[in-house]
Amino acid sequence: VSATRYPEELLYHPEHDWARIGDDGVAEFGVTWFAQDSLGDVVFFDPKDVGSTFAAGESYGELESVKTVSDLVAPMGGEIVEVNQEVVDEPERVNTDPYANWLVRVKLSDPAEKDSLLSAAAYADLV
Amino acid sequence: VSVTSEALSRTPIHGRHVELGGKMVPFAGWEMPIQYEGVIAEHRQVRKSAGLFDVSHMGQVYVTGPRAKADLQRILSNDIGALADGDAQYTLLTNDRGGIDDDLIAYRFDDDCYLLVVNAANAAADVAIITGAVSDDTSVRDVSAQHAMFALQGPLALDALAETCDVDVRELAPFHFAEHQIDGVPVTVATTGYTGERGCEILVPPGDAPAIWDRLLSDERVAPAGLAARDTLRLEVCYPLHGNDIDAETTAVEAGLGWVCHWDEPFVGREALLAQREAGAARKLVALAATERGIPRAGCPVLQDGREVGTVTSGTMSPSLGFGIALAYVQTDLAQPGTDLTIDVRGRQVRAEVRTKPLYRREETL
Repeated sequence: VSATRYPEELLYHPEHDWARIGDDGVAEFGVTWFAQDSLGDVVFFDPKDVGSTFAAGESYGELESVKTVSDLVAPMGGEIVEVNQEVVDEPERVNTDPYANWLVRVKLSDPAEKDSLLSAAAYADLV
Repeated sequence: VSVTSEALSRTPIHGRHVELGGKMVPFAGWEMPIQYEGVIAEHRQVRKSAGLFDVSHMGQVYVTGPRAKADLQRILSNDIGALADGDAQYTLLTNDRGGIDDDLIAYRFDDDCYLLVVNAANAAADVAIITGAVSDDTSVRDVSAQHAMFALQGPLALDALAETCDVDVRELAPFHFAEHQIDGVPVTVATTGYTGERGCEILVPPGDAPAIWDRLLSDERVAPAGLAARDTLRLEVCYPLHGNDIDAETTAVEAGLGWVCHWDEPFVGREALLAQREAGAARKLVALAATERGIPRAGCPVLQDGREVGTVTSGTMSPSLGFGIALAYVQTDLAQPGTDLTIDVRGRQVRAEVRTKPLYRREETL
């Protein structure tokens, strides 16, 4: 189960966020299967603007479902260089596939922060 | 994730919820399914076809005796004397301040026998209040444990009930009830509900509840629906939720529930309510529609020109309408439909407009 719920090529933050780190120092952030399942039907994605900066553990926006709202926690620090407009337009994509549907692309301030993140197996143990 | 140390009650069909993949959550002391497939799908199912809700957490209280009617006329806000046998009525258990200790549906079986269906969280308190207020020869019995209760709601709900369970209440007007049998099991079917759709609520003996649940779900037009959809459905039609939109500190006048008060005769709280109605209530419960992206939530301040003028008591994204909706208490001078207000959603200012209730009205089919 965890192999499909928590892909091994991603790194995980305990607040149920993932990072897909590219070679160019830019990472994609998203939320985990557990996060979207807990939230239920996602109806609103409200990211901070392109150019916003934040440290690891800070909020980069909000994800809101019919029943509740959740802060999006940045697994690593950096600057938003792109927002996934497809998810802004169709937030339910997060439920359909939380891994294909990244939320923001971020120019990382310190790629070494990845060492503090969890592997898929470690995250799966947590949830 | 909330952790509770209290033991939660389970309804007679708890096992069915688990088998159906229901996500179980604590609600008013009960372990209840908040959703199965997803709140939006379940909401649409009820608006387009039929949804089946387990509402066995609701409390049932019999009030019987020769003076039951006169007692209830004094204790409840609405005119119970207007009911004929087989009639049901939405009414309030008001306190002497005009506040609302509970809202409920009263069913008249006969002149001496009434059934009250009350909110789960208030059932014990209601029984205590009513017991303390009735005549010596009036009996008040909490029979919640002897009843499971289902709500079958949606435009095709009564067709499904007629064709799958051989119980035809399609000619029964809203707010009536009748005794029937499903597979030989005696049930009480009332044309009531909390969704704004046609449909019914069914009182069932607990031991037979799983079989009747299965029977109802065997109709392909029917799918299970959870508490989350129940909440979005009721909010679209602006039915108040006790504990959120109305409570012991909000009055029937403020909540716009003067229409369920029999002003001509004494009832608990009438003097306070008449005085408030005369003087004019300072606040009113209004329906708000967000006119830009954003979802109001309970507790969000309502502003005009940066000044706080009210508070949201319930809010959600409306699956039927596609925008954020809310119930909120606002200053009475700002309660007129068309008034532009702002809702402070966690620091973000979301424009909203006061709208006429209900926010959603079902399509009338002929």
